Amino acid sequence: MDYALQQVLNALAFGAEYSLVALGLAVVFSIMGLVNFAHGEIIGVSAYSVFLAAALGLTSPIVAVLLAIAAAALAAIAFERVAFRPVRYAPTTTGLLTAFGVSIVVQNLFMLLISPKPQSVSILNGLNQMWFFGPFAVSSLQVMELIVSGLTILALVLFLNRSTLGLAIRAASRDFATVRLMGIRANRVIATAFAISGALAGIAAVFIMARRGSVSPDLGFSLVLKAFVACVIGGFGSLPGAAVGGMLLGFIEVGLLVALPQEYGGFKDALTYAIIVALLVYRPEGLLGQRVELGDKEI
Amino acid sequence: MLKVENLSVRYGAVAAVRDLSLSVGQGELVALLGPNGAGKSSTINALTGLVAPSAGRIVLDGQDISRVRTEDRIRAGLTSTPEGRHIFANLTVGENLRLGAATRRDPKGVRQDMERFLALFPVLSERYAQAAGTLSGGEQQMLAIARSLMSRPKLLLLDEPSLGLAPKIVVRIFDFIGQLKAEGLTLLVVEQNARQALRFADRVYVMSSGALRFDGPPSGLADEHGLLNLYIGG
Repeated sequence: MDYALQQVLNALAFGAEYSLVALGLAVVFSIMGLVNFAHGEIIGVSAYSVFLAAALGLTSPIVAVLLAIAAAALAAIAFERVAFRPVRYAPTTTGLLTAFGVSIVVQNLFMLLISPKPQSVSILNGLNQMWFFGPFAVSSLQVMELIVSGLTILALVLFLNRSTLGLAIRAASRDFATVRLMGIRANRVIATAFAISGALAGIAAVFIMARRGSVSPDLGFSLVLKAFVACVIGGFGSLPGAAVGGMLLGFIEVGLLVALPQEYGGFKDALTYAIIVALLVYRPEGLLGQRVELGDKEI
Repeated sequence: MLKVENLSVRYGAVAAVRDLSLSVGQGELVALLGPNGAGKSSTINALTGLVAPSAGRIVLDGQDISRVRTEDRIRAGLTSTPEGRHIFANLTVGENLRLGAATRRDPKGVRQDMERFLALFPVLSERYAQAAGTLSGGEQQMLAIARSLMSRPKLLLLDEPSLGLAPKIVVRIFDFIGQLKAEGLTLLVVEQNARQALRFADRVYVMSSGALRFDGPPSGLADEHGLLNLYIGG
């Protein structure tokens, strides 16, 4: 029972983290058609900001969390302003290649200016403790990941459904030109989407640092790959799809880890992707994605 | 109110609009007619700024807006209801209307306008919380026009309001357009359906192959031998 509970919590925590990062990718993709592979470097900027602040004498974990989120949001806005805005109306491959370029440049900046080796960050270690509920021992970090992700998604849903800017983002995901015809500034809608995407990445960065206790130049890379997969499962560009896809990926991974005998543990990733391929054969547009209708007259 | 001088729009080597000049006066309803592919929608898109003209000037209320961004043209009081309606299908009827008023900072006035349009189109009121994509074509057109009006424009551009709608619905849409004119709104209506467009028009322009072929009162259009049939097909 204890073991089963622990594994469910594991799956929920992994899933929550994938969902956060996947939502960040999806909110940008849904309105711009841009697969932002530099999303991992937003997580990186966030983590290195905390590392530098700690090195300069910051000791408050609360300030560190706020700094991580703010730095990530600002980094996302800066990436958009400097790198993505000039190629906004270019073909999607140009945007994709730009994102790879940003990713490589920023990773190398981390290596050149700080160090290619992992650097220790202990300021957030306090988040990672064991909590005891009667006979059960659970990781505080996992519980927090689940609760914070849930609250964040709730806040995002409220924002997208209640505020004018949120409505504009949802509308822009289908028809950007008409959103501009409402007098809503395209730059503002896009900057907001990037800021949201960055803030979500910053929250993920906090959890990564608390778990690993260190930062490295490729910190966000593997997580963004997973988030990309989560988006594909859920249907690229669909926000509910990203959240569901992330959670499902967490459960598939942990489920395989539990189900596979130890000596076959190395097949976990291969089997994960086999399951996803099978899923996509039946639903090529993803679980909650929509088939794109081609041939409509653009205005 | 609106003055267009020598406007040209090109898509690569193709000239969609050539050397077009037209004007719309305060309180006028001007119809811009022409067959499919005449360059009517390109003209509208150049007026709203969604397409960059290759030459020409667009003057709104004495100000040259040729280089002004779409968003700021809307804020200056020029609004367009695009061809094919382009309502936000994934948003509710109410959310569509709210976005129409996105540039306004008077919540009270916005609420009054909202109530006015919901009273005017009871079907929008019934479906207020429903996804706008579930509306019928005619209902979507009414929503699209109401959404444009939510910004309280000085000048409304209507691009093919009759497109794809049943004749009975088209008559109702144009009844409403006539009502808007009576209330003092300035309108430029682009149409293929000449009969309906001419019901309330003060002046008419006819385009074909990107250039202006006729400019005058609706009565003049009937006088021109066969012009209506030639360019518009009745």
